[in-house]
Amino acid sequence: MARRAAGLGRGPIVRLAGSDAAMSVLVVILGFLVGTALVAAVGRDPANMYRAIIQVVSGFDLTRGTWNARYIGEWLVASTPLVLCGLSMAFAARAGLFNIGAEGQYIVGLTVAQFVAFYGPPVPILHWVLAVLLGMLAAAAWGGLVGFLKARYAVSEVVATIMMNYIALYLSRYLTMLIPGTNTYKTPSFPATVRLGNAWLEGLTNRSRLNTGFYLMLASVLFFWFLMEKTRTGFALRATGFNKDAARCSGIDVTRSTVLSMAISGAFAGLAGCAVCLGSFGYGRVLAGLDNYGFNGIAVALVGNSSAPGTFLAGLLFGMLQSAQPLMQSRQIPKEVTYIISGLVVVFISLRSGFGLILEARAKQLARKGKPRDE
Amino acid sequence: MGEYAIEMAGITKVFPGVVANDGVDLRVRDGEIHALLGENGAGKSTLMSILFGLYEADSGSIRIRGADVRIHDPNEANALGIGMVHQHFKLVHNYTVAENIVLGLEPRTRTGGVDLGLAERRVAELSRQYGLSVDPRARVESITVGMQQRVEILKILYRNADILIFDEPTAVLTPQEVDELMAILERLRSEGKTIVLITHKLREIKQAAERCTVLRRGKVVGTVEVAATSEEAMAEMMVGREVKFRVDKAAARPGELVLKIEGLTVKNAKGFDAVRGLDLEVRSGEIVGLAGVDGNGQAELIEAITGLASPEAGRILLKGRDIAALGIRERIRLGVGHVPEDRHKHGLVLKFRLDENLALKSFDRPPFSGFAGILRPKAMAAHASEMIGQFDIRAAEGPATTASSMSGGNQQKAIIAREIDLSPELLVVAQPTRGLDVGAIEYIHRRIVAERDKGRAVLLVSYELDEILDLCDRIAAISKGEIVGVVDAAGADERAIGAMMAGLRAPGGAQGAGAGA
Repeated sequence: MARRAAGLGRGPIVRLAGSDAAMSVLVVILGFLVGTALVAAVGRDPANMYRAIIQVVSGFDLTRGTWNARYIGEWLVASTPLVLCGLSMAFAARAGLFNIGAEGQYIVGLTVAQFVAFYGPPVPILHWVLAVLLGMLAAAAWGGLVGFLKARYAVSEVVATIMMNYIALYLSRYLTMLIPGTNTYKTPSFPATVRLGNAWLEGLTNRSRLNTGFYLMLASVLFFWFLMEKTRTGFALRATGFNKDAARCSGIDVTRSTVLSMAISGAFAGLAGCAVCLGSFGYGRVLAGLDNYGFNGIAVALVGNSSAPGTFLAGLLFGMLQSAQPLMQSRQIPKEVTYIISGLVVVFISLRSGFGLILEARAKQLARKGKPRDE
Repeated sequence: MGEYAIEMAGITKVFPGVVANDGVDLRVRDGEIHALLGENGAGKSTLMSILFGLYEADSGSIRIRGADVRIHDPNEANALGIGMVHQHFKLVHNYTVAENIVLGLEPRTRTGGVDLGLAERRVAELSRQYGLSVDPRARVESITVGMQQRVEILKILYRNADILIFDEPTAVLTPQEVDELMAILERLRSEGKTIVLITHKLREIKQAAERCTVLRRGKVVGTVEVAATSEEAMAEMMVGREVKFRVDKAAARPGELVLKIEGLTVKNAKGFDAVRGLDLEVRSGEIVGLAGVDGNGQAELIEAITGLASPEAGRILLKGRDIAALGIRERIRLGVGHVPEDRHKHGLVLKFRLDENLALKSFDRPPFSGFAGILRPKAMAAHASEMIGQFDIRAAEGPATTASSMSGGNQQKAIIAREIDLSPELLVVAQPTRGLDVGAIEYIHRRIVAERDKGRAVLLVSYELDEILDLCDRIAAISKGEIVGVVDAAGADERAIGAMMAGLRAPGGAQGAGAGA
């Protein structure tokens, strides 16, 4: 009567569910499958959706048989702030914090960079370096303040960051309008010395907006990975994230970890603000609303499992969906399908623990594959 | 009616790589308390999970009251009158006792609502019948762990169970609660219930059970009449070799004063003085045991010594230096080692690897951190391999094993390895053997004595008086945050210590008795 299923050991599905990376890939594929079905259901050709996506990542237009590298450049430009805001969310998450404030930190970075653009020394290189550094520093302080409130007064970082987002937005509007020559939506043009434009990258991608911000993003991914995985600071942050009590008991300064992780988290988001402001725009903006990079960063970090390489890849994925929108529309695919796909991916990722439970129950049913409980 | 309530025959259950039950026979008489004894991993819980329908056996048969049954899930077990009190309670904390008990089987009013009044009356009735004295209207979060366990018992009685399985029921109880539970078990038995008691505590078996089936490595070693079998004999059956109950140790040779606490007052989380003007001394080369009932200030005292809480008043002198105002890290550096009571909450980062956990207190220094604070994973792994060998830590993947996948005994060995390896002046050990099996307990006791013999000062907090009597050189009884008396362990009278734990002053001025045998 015994079913020999027990002899199979850990099945491939169970093992897959154990690997976060594999799960993310699976979830993305699932999101695309549903998206494809939706496109077909509204009577459009799903192949056009994939043609648009291929054009974004390779530059090849399969319909006309032409190649234009600018699409690749624009894809990477769109991905840059998404990756950076993803890193912001991920860094805090690794230390056990939920930073919904990337949006506000992004705005602070952007606003400070705009001011340095007008009031900083118009010296080549020094000018933009100063703008980026001060922007990151201000955003770090903006995030670090939340970390301090959390560590010292047990203020929930979720509530605090949401509030700080709106303070940042309206403060930015008010301050930017003080810049002489600013109308209700934009400032005068930036001086060339502060722009992140990069002639080599532009040349490579047929005059796309790809800029030095891309390099800064790559450096950030490396910095994240190195700090988190390879240094004692990262060790302390990870220990705090997994078990705050044990970390404290072991002499790790949990207050410091909390403030530091929120500050670094803020710096990543601030850099995203600088990259968008000085890279993609030639003028400062009086923000009418949120750019939503910060919030999209939450999804990016979620799909990327809060690891540096994962967040990088997830950012590229979301950037790809974003840049594919106009190309889809020109092929009669509703661009909203990209929102549906990213939405589904996030929902499926959130269901991961649910998947886990289902697999666990199945495993139990199938002659109980796991280890005996409590023994 | 047969003689037996439960007859399990030839039960075999194979997990990948482990034979959890190997042709196990278990026969439990109707109306008896039957103990199931075995070390962690011996297959007790698996066997009972099969009886309760959580697992299905690969082969073998089950008869309940003489009838052949197949039990596929816990609902079927309930229908057969089998109920289980789990080690970790399954209660809704913000519900009342009565609500928890009727949950899923609520009595209905005519309009279809839950008839809470009826539920409370029935619960009160059951509680009276079995002498459980539970208030049906109390909220579960506001009652003690012992009471919560009674709610679990009522839950299965409410479902008309007459075979009750208790999985390690005393692991979470204070000594008094254990005594009360034993009385409840006896009452249940006299009301005609059949009870299976899963445990590895021999004393409880002696106290409560009539017969005992011993499992070792998935096989039945034998079933014995408890009254006719000594604890030593049962322990030997369980472990497969002779077990020493008394810890072998030479007389203590106490040296200089390492820890001196003067007038220490510490508030607990609720703002009350949990430790009140406490004085205590621990010398090098001796183990001082803090005997007391849980909740008399032991936790707060340890927090104050290790730096987790800051005291309101008093001094904590480590080799003459007041450390009361120092941070946790500085105290670790100065030589305060700490084996915490809750190893999962305070002792380990369960999602970290074993080597990371072993370096948890020293990761930021050489050899684990090098130039510019860069971690050296190889040094961590090498250190872990050394600790694994030295402390007999069993970890499936060596240094790379995730802490959460290790057994409780090995997790505890890892913590002890880490703390001893830091070679602290003072080792503060809280409940070091809670929930561990005999083999692991023996080992951990040996290591603690070895630390003492190396000249360390050891402060041991345990809620198990036996452990304190076995291990310590001097015993300080704590009650309501004060030291009531200090006595030499040699020739100490268990009853006198018990009286002090209850807050009665020691007779004949044993206060501050000198160390040594």
